[in-house]
Amino acid sequence: MHIDPLEKKWMYVVGLITVVMVGSMTYAAITMNLHPPSNVETIDPKTLHLSGEFVEDNLGVTKNADGSLTVRMIAARYSFYPQMIEVPVDTNVTFRMTSPDIVHGVHVPFTNMSTMVIPGYVSEVNTRFVREGESQFLCNEYCGMGHDYMWSKLKVVPKG
Amino acid sequence: MYDKAKSVALANMWVAFASFFVAIILGLYQVMNRSGLFPEIESHQLYFASVSTHGVLMGFVLTTFFVMGFGYYTATTTLKRPLWNKGLAWIAFLVALGGTVMAAVPLLTGKASVLYTFYPPLQADPVFYIGATLLVVGSWLWCLEMIMSVVTWKRDNPGKVVPLAMYGTTANAIMWLWTSAGVGIEMLFQLIPWSLGLMDTVDPGLARTLFSWTLHAIVYFWLFPAYIAMYTILPKVAGGRVFSDEMGRVAFIMLLVISVPIGFHHLYMDPQQAAGFKFLHMLGTFAVAIPTLLTGFTVLASLEGAGRLRGGKGLFGWIGALDWKEPIVVAGMLALFMLIAGGFGGMINASYQMNTLVHNTQWVTGHFHLIFAGTTVIMYLAVAYHLWPKLTGRRLASRGMAVLQLWLWTIGMLVLTLPWHVLGILGQPRRISSTPYDSPLVEQWGPHEAAMVVGGAILLFSALLFVLNLLLSHVSKKMDHVDDDEWAVAVYQPLSVPKPMNGFALWNSIIAVWMVIAYGYPVLQFLILDTHGSLAWGY
Ligand SMILES: [Cu+2]
Ligand SMILES: [Cu+2]
Repeated sequence: MHIDPLEKKWMYVVGLITVVMVGSMTYAAITMNLHPPSNVETIDPKTLHLSGEFVEDNLGVTKNADGSLTVRMIAARYSFYPQMIEVPVDTNVTFRMTSPDIVHGVHVPFTNMSTMVIPGYVSEVNTRFVREGESQFLCNEYCGMGHDYMWSKLKVVPKG
Repeated sequence: MYDKAKSVALANMWVAFASFFVAIILGLYQVMNRSGLFPEIESHQLYFASVSTHGVLMGFVLTTFFVMGFGYYTATTTLKRPLWNKGLAWIAFLVALGGTVMAAVPLLTGKASVLYTFYPPLQADPVFYIGATLLVVGSWLWCLEMIMSVVTWKRDNPGKVVPLAMYGTTANAIMWLWTSAGVGIEMLFQLIPWSLGLMDTVDPGLARTLFSWTLHAIVYFWLFPAYIAMYTILPKVAGGRVFSDEMGRVAFIMLLVISVPIGFHHLYMDPQQAAGFKFLHMLGTFAVAIPTLLTGFTVLASLEGAGRLRGGKGLFGWIGALDWKEPIVVAGMLALFMLIAGGFGGMINASYQMNTLVHNTQWVTGHFHLIFAGTTVIMYLAVAYHLWPKLTGRRLASRGMAVLQLWLWTIGMLVLTLPWHVLGILGQPRRISSTPYDSPLVEQWGPHEAAMVVGGAILLFSALLFVLNLLLSHVSKKMDHVDDDEWAVAVYQPLSVPKPMNGFALWNSIIAVWMVIAYGYPVLQFLILDTHGSLAWGY
């Protein structure tokens, strides 16, 4: 097999680019524990509203013993419920969300609060908001004719 | 003289480009609707029916028929003999065309507004799923035709090197069989029986996992013919040689082996798969960038060689020395430019962590339009200009118009996709038909929304010039006797290559093992987990 010397140099460059990129992601995954939402937890979408974690009274913000917050939300055509969430800045927040109908996605722009919400599964996202102010949860997966109207409010308030 | 299967190649090409033209018109309507600048045309029903049709026509119809048509031309002219079974090629064409027509009816009547990614538990008319499946079945017959053509050729030519273009085409056929199995299983075991009412519920977690199996490598199924043209037509037309035949084979093999078992980068944000498997697929995703980086190098080096042979001097002098009046040379340079720009965006999407910030935003739409509609489709257009005289026996109506068209295509694509990248960073979701959010963000989006309408209009005009050129050539009386079906030769044309670089047995076994590792447990887990299916929903 014939390999040109110039080609060989380029192959080293390609190898280096790949190693640097994969290395930095591996480093972030291991040392900063940065992983995409992947909890593999199932739930029956047909009976969510009747009993269990996602009944109406359980939705919204709950304070945990260690000072962190858990936010339970339902993504359903065509909003996120409850439609207004208020959390303090610089606090660990765990979102737990699921859908009683079809596939949705949720994203708070400029943050890593992002996950798909798939009926039959519970999505869990761990994050902290570093900027105060009002922003939105936007549905970012096509979910039907009202998809454009699917959004709700997030308020990040001063601590304490 | 052998039968070059010109009519079947041409029939496939015409279906491809007719679908392309319809889809472009829909594309312009979509950017207009979405921009909010034309309130009188706004309609959610029409918009989502249009997006679904645009996606199916561009992603499934244009690509599949182009790949098939180009494959027949490549097989006959590189192997210098007729197809293994020409009747099968016509059957493949008719099955795929029948499937396309079947799928088009529910799409155009708003009975399949589920987008080309299907999204169960949204449910479309069963005719849509069956039609789409038939299109894939047609493409499987094409795969068989390609594989058998090369197998019989090798039997009759022991020890000879399979020409690079045909080696790549066969790699694509084999890759597509592996790739399309995922969506095939989803259709046959989930969507079709469920839409016919034979099953009450569907598990969207499993459906998404199976679709991800197809979703990445399908992009390489589309890209393969563009790369084949870059390696084996472009250098010859530019007046040079392929920098390295072997490196082309290595790139094709890597694309074949690596692109199937890495689909989870489309599921990074999905809750039904574990982080470990996502990480594993991320490693493969970065490995599949390698053949593209090698291709970029080899193609540029081949063009540099051509430019220098034409008298280009200095570090960049060869660029000016290229024949900028030759459509495929222009397209090749523009395609590489868009590939480099789009490649950077792709690295971000592929990132295990950074993807979070852009997932399902308009950034993603910008990215794949730059790579697919930019790099890939511009090569389809240029290949059409190159093949038309050979397939129709008539001279191309206007080479000047062809070159202008390719430039307009690139400009339009940049005017369309750069604003989309910005919109994505500014948080705009993809797949929306309007922006009714009560948020200050919407005001920041405004100017970029206006720009995308301009981009869409330039692209429609460019597509019009393209189709017009093909039509005028096809009906023209000016005969052309181009029978030089010659393919580029390499600087060092190999007289023999190691066995694995002339066949696929080894690579198939590697893919089989890798697929078991990458998709075995992630699919089987749905039998182990206590899953709950979803009922059907309209939209
Ligand atoms: Cu939605
Ligand atoms: Cu992909």
